[in-house]
Amino acid sequence: MNMLQTALEEIGTKSELEKIINESENVMVCCGRMGPMCIPVYDVMEELQDERENVKFYTMAFDNPEAEIIKNAPECRGFMGLPFTMYYKNGKAVKATSSIQNFDQITGILDEHFN
Amino acid sequence: MDDVFDVMIIGGGAAGLTAGIYSSRAKLSTLILNEGAVGGQMVLTDEIANYPGVETTSGYKVANTMKKQAKDFGCKIKSNVKIVKYAFDENIKEVELKDGRKFQAKTVILAPGGSPKALNIPGESTFLGKGISYCATCDGDFFTDKEIIVAGGGNSALEEAVALTNYASKVTIVHQFDHFQAFEHAIEEAKNNPKINFIMRAELRQFIGNGKLQMITLEHLSSGNVEDLKVDGVFIFIGYKPNTESLKKIVNLNEKNEIITDSEMKTNIPGVFAAGDSIVKKYRQVTTAVADGTIAALSAVEYLRN
Ligand SMILES: Cc1cc2nc3c(=O)[nH]c(=O)nc-3n(C[C@H](O)[C@H](O)[C@H](O)COP(=O)(O)OP(=O)(O)OC[C@H]3O[C@@H](n4cnc5c(N)ncnc54)[C@H](O)[C@@H]3O)c2cc1C
Repeated sequence: MNMLQTALEEIGTKSELEKIINESENVMVCCGRMGPMCIPVYDVMEELQDERENVKFYTMAFDNPEAEIIKNAPECRGFMGLPFTMYYKNGKAVKATSSIQNFDQITGILDEHFN
Repeated sequence: MDDVFDVMIIGGGAAGLTAGIYSSRAKLSTLILNEGAVGGQMVLTDEIANYPGVETTSGYKVANTMKKQAKDFGCKIKSNVKIVKYAFDENIKEVELKDGRKFQAKTVILAPGGSPKALNIPGESTFLGKGISYCATCDGDFFTDKEIIVAGGGNSALEEAVALTNYASKVTIVHQFDHFQAFEHAIEEAKNNPKINFIMRAELRQFIGNGKLQMITLEHLSSGNVEDLKVDGVFIFIGYKPNTESLKKIVNLNEKNEIITDSEMKTNIPGVFAAGDSIVKKYRQVTTAVADGTIAALSAVEYLRN
């Protein structure tokens, strides 16, 4: 059952995440809660979902024990602000951000790494 | 370019969404253009306990219901847009977005609300999410048993400082004045909390760290002395400012950059109305934003009829 109420697809398990990032070229995963710093990021992703067909957009609940795979990722070391957002290219993490990001910041990362 | 809308609403917070509900329900073609996430400050609000008729719920849920209501009545909503040009002098008003798209309408309702103020000092954006936060409920648990600073001296700063003592071992409130601008009960509660310390008449000057925040530079305003303090985190609650920067030469604002309206939410420009936290008023709440949005929409309906 989904823990996050967004219009994005929610990843439930570690193996599901691994399968997705290995099978898709460009993946953005926002790992958070239904909180003030996370919702604006989901909103941007929902908006971009229709525009950026070369990117797959997903969420993962921060309180899901399976999200350890993101919380303990080396790219997230030192992160102290929700959400933790990961960008994967061909199965490898190419960028990670902590806390709220706006439309321009997110599209900047997508343009830099996924275009 | 799309057709000419009857009503174009700038801002999709409580005021803008309410205006959208009323004008689209009055069968006016309505467009909401919103810069950030739909819902505005409501989505920043963990819990809303004082919206009449709705039991305590999350701000996100209220915002989402309002958005659905507006859409169900036919209101079009575009979020995460950036308006770069406003032309309101003619009968048909026009805005241009950063991506070059233009939208026109017979009336405009300005509802851009407000945003938390940033300190705008070196290191602030570098350490966002790496020791700097604007949300105690979101990030408090990352600071369990750590020493943190809360910048600010209003109700939010004091209330959030008390909430943060559930996690942090020590909370130091740094405030620029020698007194707080908060309700007496909030001041008392903070003062009575053994985990809270105060540094008055001082301002943060810079954030320092390596990968994550480690230190802050603080200036004591009375003596001019500057010192570096070791910290694990800083939470910033220094108030809100109206989002009217881009409207400065477009509509009349007061000295605090709030939009001046009359009781029918009319601005100085015929056919342009305003509502919510960005207008001149004393109390900024969801209920007052919703009331303003209602009045602005009904005034727009009347304007179009005449
Ligand atoms: C932490 C917190 C807790 C609160 N708790 C409560 C509470 O418990 N009860 C209560 O009643 N009130 C509470 N409030 C106050 C309440 O949330 C606000 O008064 C109300 O939501 C204001 O609504 P608004 O529509 O005027 O503005 P906002 O909510 O600020 O919405 C404005 C919208 O316009 C967008 N925008 C800004 N500029 C532009 C532009 N140029 N073009 C397009 N769009 C633009 C913004 O991105 C935003 O989405 C709280 C506020 C905060 C921050």
